[in-house]
Amino acid sequence: MSLTADEVAKVAKLARLTFESEELEKFAGQLGKIVDFVDQLSEVDTEGVEEMAHPLDVDSVVRPDVVTEGLSRDESLANSPSHDGEHFLVPPVMAR
Amino acid sequence: MSIENLSAVEIGRQIAAGKVSSVEVVKHFLNRIETFDNSVGAYVHVDGDRAIDRATSVDRDIKAGKVRAPLAGVPVAIKDVLCTSGVPTTCGSRMLENFVPPYTATCVSKLENASLVVLGKTNMDEFAMGGSTETSCHGLTRNPWDPERTAGGSSGGAAACLAAGMAPLSIGTDTGGSVRQPAAMCGVLGLKPTYGRVSRYGLVAFASSLDQVGALGHSVEDLAAVMEILAGHDPKDTTSLKTDVPAYRGLLEQDLKGVKVGLLRDQIDHSSLDPEIAAAVDRTRQQLEALGATISEVELPYTKYAVPTYYLVAPSEASGNLSRYDGVHYGYRADTSHSSDQTAPLDAMISASRSEGFGPEVKRRIMLGTFALSSGYYDAYYKKALKVRRLIAGDYQRAFEEADVLLGPMTPSPAFRLGEKVNDPVKMYLEDAFSVGANLAGLPGLSVPAGLTESGLPIGVQLQAPVLQEQRLLNVARSLEQAEFFKPALAPKYC
Repeated sequence: MSLTADEVAKVAKLARLTFESEELEKFAGQLGKIVDFVDQLSEVDTEGVEEMAHPLDVDSVVRPDVVTEGLSRDESLANSPSHDGEHFLVPPVMAR
Repeated sequence: MSIENLSAVEIGRQIAAGKVSSVEVVKHFLNRIETFDNSVGAYVHVDGDRAIDRATSVDRDIKAGKVRAPLAGVPVAIKDVLCTSGVPTTCGSRMLENFVPPYTATCVSKLENASLVVLGKTNMDEFAMGGSTETSCHGLTRNPWDPERTAGGSSGGAAACLAAGMAPLSIGTDTGGSVRQPAAMCGVLGLKPTYGRVSRYGLVAFASSLDQVGALGHSVEDLAAVMEILAGHDPKDTTSLKTDVPAYRGLLEQDLKGVKVGLLRDQIDHSSLDPEIAAAVDRTRQQLEALGATISEVELPYTKYAVPTYYLVAPSEASGNLSRYDGVHYGYRADTSHSSDQTAPLDAMISASRSEGFGPEVKRRIMLGTFALSSGYYDAYYKKALKVRRLIAGDYQRAFEEADVLLGPMTPSPAFRLGEKVNDPVKMYLEDAFSVGANLAGLPGLSVPAGLTESGLPIGVQLQAPVLQEQRLLNVARSLEQAEFFKPALAPKYC
């Protein structure tokens, strides 16, 4: 399966990645090859086979609803690229 | 005998007996790291002062009779994907270059509670995605057996630090072979436990239904001793199993009479398998037979689809897990304040941060996973892979009706040359042909040293067992060890 640069650009947008046009072409080629490779699964008859999302049959696991201590505000903010001591700071969502 | 040639358990014994102190042992390994790591690149972060402080307090506790743990005072190396409070944890990525976790992974806490001493953090492929430890932002790791070759990956640093005698014990993680494959390439033992056997809390997530913490070491007893520490339920990881932890070390048993070993004929006849590795598997079979095991051939017909299945499941999960890197809460943030397009500044910042923070292989996997999960492709790719995954797990189930453990090759070839595969993704993925099955099915797997190639490179063979049967793997490996089928060995240059 060959992926067009447009298709790859669409996936890149979903993944929040940006590529220069030259890089995009290269990625399209590589991804096409990988998709060709994984395409061999289409020859496997999986009629009636249940999907296996997880290796263990663990039921929904819940802990007792007890309040435990989380990270402090300072600890939570410590690794942030930008904060004001109380909030994470980000650029505006929309243009002003 | 010099300290670096002793097993971790033996070092622990000597510390307990007062023959040597933890501080002396730690200083010995720090000196070796200082001398040798320039030429290997196994470590990305070593905090000698911290380690010596820690060893000092362990020595004090031992003297006061407060500690009796078998590995008390023994140094250990930690893969840089496991969070260590106050110590950088970078996952080999520019994205986390400045990340200092506010908490410690449960497996590391357990080691510290058992009085082991963390030496430092080891190098890896970026976000554990790779099989050669060439994609780290800190530079590559070289194989101590041949500096022109890879140490394997993604836990390349974890295996290389052992082979060069720069740690007696090391902790890695295995999503598709990342503990076992580097162990094979560096001539040490590498155990991937059952999915859920060891807590993943504090392990930076790659593929959540596959990731598992594992251990690398020079002796079977070392792995058994460290598994007793690592295994067990953790309320902070809901996928960790509540099953009791066996006394792995006390239960070590070397009698193979009545043990049924299933030989993976398809893998031995695999077109990509190096003949020297096929011969090593055969030597292992002969040795096991001589030790009293019964050998039969078993088939895993669907495992020929294991690699394509893995390369849909793992990247799909990765694309979700890595969406957390948005330049907001932690990690790299690109400066887009002067960008010409200011229509959606937040979105532009997020995309630019991810594009500059991630390397090419991580981006490829995120793209592949996003593609496989996207509308119109989800059924044909992701869902299909989950169905084939069920068939692969079924293969193992049938095989284990006939055999107690499975024997096959660990890697298609011995350590390959640096640069040989890093630019050809599919070629690199095929390296995982024999390792990913255990991850997809959630089973334990152990890479066992099985001699050297003619050119002097280590070979590993793989043992696999049913869910939670780590003990069987350790016992079979123990019998091989006792028969001197393999011996703990440092790479010649580092002896």
